[in-house]
Amino acid sequence: MYKLFLRSLISALFLLGFSLNANAEFKVGFVYVGPTGDHGWTYQHDEGRKAVEAAGIKTTYVESVPEGADAERVIRQLAQSGHDLIFTTSFGYMDPTNKVAKDFPNVKFEHATGYKREHSNVATYSARFYEGRTLLGHMAGKMTKTNIIGYIASFPIPEVIRGINAMTLAAQKVNPDIKTKIVWVFTWYDPGKESEAAQALIDQGADIIMQHTDSTAPVQVAEKAGVWSFGQASDMQRFAPKSILTSIIDDWAPYYVERSIAARDGTWKQQDTWHGLKEGMVAMAPYNSVMGDDLVKEVEQLQKDLASGKAHSFTGPIYDQKGNILVAEGAVADDGMLAGMNVYVKGVEGDIPQ
Amino acid sequence: MIKVEKRSDVSRSIYFLTPVLAIFLTLFGGGIIFFILGFNPIEALKFFFITPISDLYGLSELLVKATPLCLIAIGLSFCFKSNNWNIGAEGQLIFGGIVGGGVALLFYNHDGFYVLPIIILSGAIGGMLFAMIPAILKTYFNTNEILVSLMLVYVAKLLLDYLVVGPWSNPEGFNFPETRQFSESARMPILFDGLRIHAGIFITLITVFLSWLILYKTYLGFQIKVSGLSLKTAKYAGFKGKTMIIIVFMISGACAGLAGVGEITGPIGQLHRNISPDYGFTAIIVAFLGRLNPIGIIFASLIVALTYLGAETAQIFLQVPKYTGQVFQGMILFFLLGSDYLLFFKIKFLGLKKNEL
Repeated sequence: MYKLFLRSLISALFLLGFSLNANAEFKVGFVYVGPTGDHGWTYQHDEGRKAVEAAGIKTTYVESVPEGADAERVIRQLAQSGHDLIFTTSFGYMDPTNKVAKDFPNVKFEHATGYKREHSNVATYSARFYEGRTLLGHMAGKMTKTNIIGYIASFPIPEVIRGINAMTLAAQKVNPDIKTKIVWVFTWYDPGKESEAAQALIDQGADIIMQHTDSTAPVQVAEKAGVWSFGQASDMQRFAPKSILTSIIDDWAPYYVERSIAARDGTWKQQDTWHGLKEGMVAMAPYNSVMGDDLVKEVEQLQKDLASGKAHSFTGPIYDQKGNILVAEGAVADDGMLAGMNVYVKGVEGDIPQ
Repeated sequence: MIKVEKRSDVSRSIYFLTPVLAIFLTLFGGGIIFFILGFNPIEALKFFFITPISDLYGLSELLVKATPLCLIAIGLSFCFKSNNWNIGAEGQLIFGGIVGGGVALLFYNHDGFYVLPIIILSGAIGGMLFAMIPAILKTYFNTNEILVSLMLVYVAKLLLDYLVVGPWSNPEGFNFPETRQFSESARMPILFDGLRIHAGIFITLITVFLSWLILYKTYLGFQIKVSGLSLKTAKYAGFKGKTMIIIVFMISGACAGLAGVGEITGPIGQLHRNISPDYGFTAIIVAFLGRLNPIGIIFASLIVALTYLGAETAQIFLQVPKYTGQVFQGMILFFLLGSDYLLFFKIKFLGLKKNEL
């Protein structure tokens, strides 16, 4: 009896909170893992949010939300304070997002880079960043003198390994002697660690630096050391104007606008989105003219082919480090294999941390 | 010329009132900041301090957030009262979490009422052992406990990183740096459906009571207090300094370890790299704000927890930066230390004397 009373009291208060906070206006909330000023991952998500705002939809964001016990509360507060659609933009929000979604069936949730959609109001989305990596590999293979490519990696998850492999395969295609050296920093954003890693790779002979982390530190180190580099997540050209050949840009804006409008108009459906160059979720910053007209044209052509489906980042034959065949000649890797990728291809040095 | 003089007598009631004064000054300072940012200060402060706890869910979240802070700060008060500067509670929390989490993984898919108590106990022991490192190094090798305990935070963090990336990572987790979700038997019981407040709060309350008992009713508590006031007196009285140092570190580490295990078996439910948003460091503020007094610490932990929740709601409703929460914590400490200074010292403004010109 006591428990029943308590339960109804709680739900009454919840409802009260609803009626006080919820107003008719449609609102979209965003949860960010970093500060909006990181000039990388979170910055790009916030650019997407601004596009939603520009489309006439009210938005709210909460930045630097730790991926621990706090995330659930922030997501719940957004749901409770009348937000109709909530984008949670980091992998670590996967379980909290699904937990809150269960309690708010009328609110839509979109979780970036995750794989759990436990309730019908949770969708997931990610981008085929590896297509951009293929372009970087092509340029790196052509531009390197030392044949060593330095790669700063965050966590040994399939997304990161996919990028390393796509880049290495493309570089090998134009330069069979290429070697990829990797430093794992086990962080998404730590300018100090990232610059140390960049320096260590340059000291080991790498004359190309690329990174699967979010800060601008690696390109700045590359600029100082006079080696080539690539921007990650956003156009980082202004941080290393001489060194950067191009940047992979995560362009979330069209997706965010489309999904927000769909949710507002009642046409939103659960889905798993994996968009790439074709849909524009992965875009390339302007190519640096120091590469020469010929190379720029080649890369532009490859970009078109990847977008149209004429070329694929993972076209066989692909071998693992021991020489076993992963993808047969003429075949392409399917999405299932890409999603669970956990081995290096031939030409990558070292082992995946396990 | 300005002259600073030590006050000979400090009123005890004012000593315990200054934290309250510091909080009011913080509210005032915060109001000014909100005003400069272009918000109605009263409205903004309402969003910051009232809205987060205006429903049961908010109150429960406040307790969820305050529980680890209170536990750690209680432990730290033993160290700080006896002039032992344990700055590494964050590391002890993480190590306690690692040990407790390891046991939880060992009992994966294992039912039984004994599972959770074993996990909690092992977490406390883990934190305790980890805190003994700086204590033993201090007592036998005269190392500086501030440095050792602080550096051990990084050791614990890196160890946790290694474990969740490597040997303990979830086999079905696509190599993401996290362990499996613990089984139900390894989770803190939730007190009310729909809320996150869990049984960890009882552990905290029991700890508060025990620490009050130890500090004020035992010989050990007396030793701790005397050593804090004057080491020479303690020596003269024949207290065994070394044993006491190790014991206060053990208590402090056990409390931090309990906090860690409470987080991973409570709201988190698994091990990953972010099990603590620097609770171990924030608890230092809590300990001093609470005057190293068990009851004071309870209130201090609630207030500091509220600044976290407030920063989130203020961000959602007013879109002020997340860092306003940290500004508030900074202001509380600043005003507390400032009023402490004026409490213990008298400042005299003297006219310039001729011969000084």
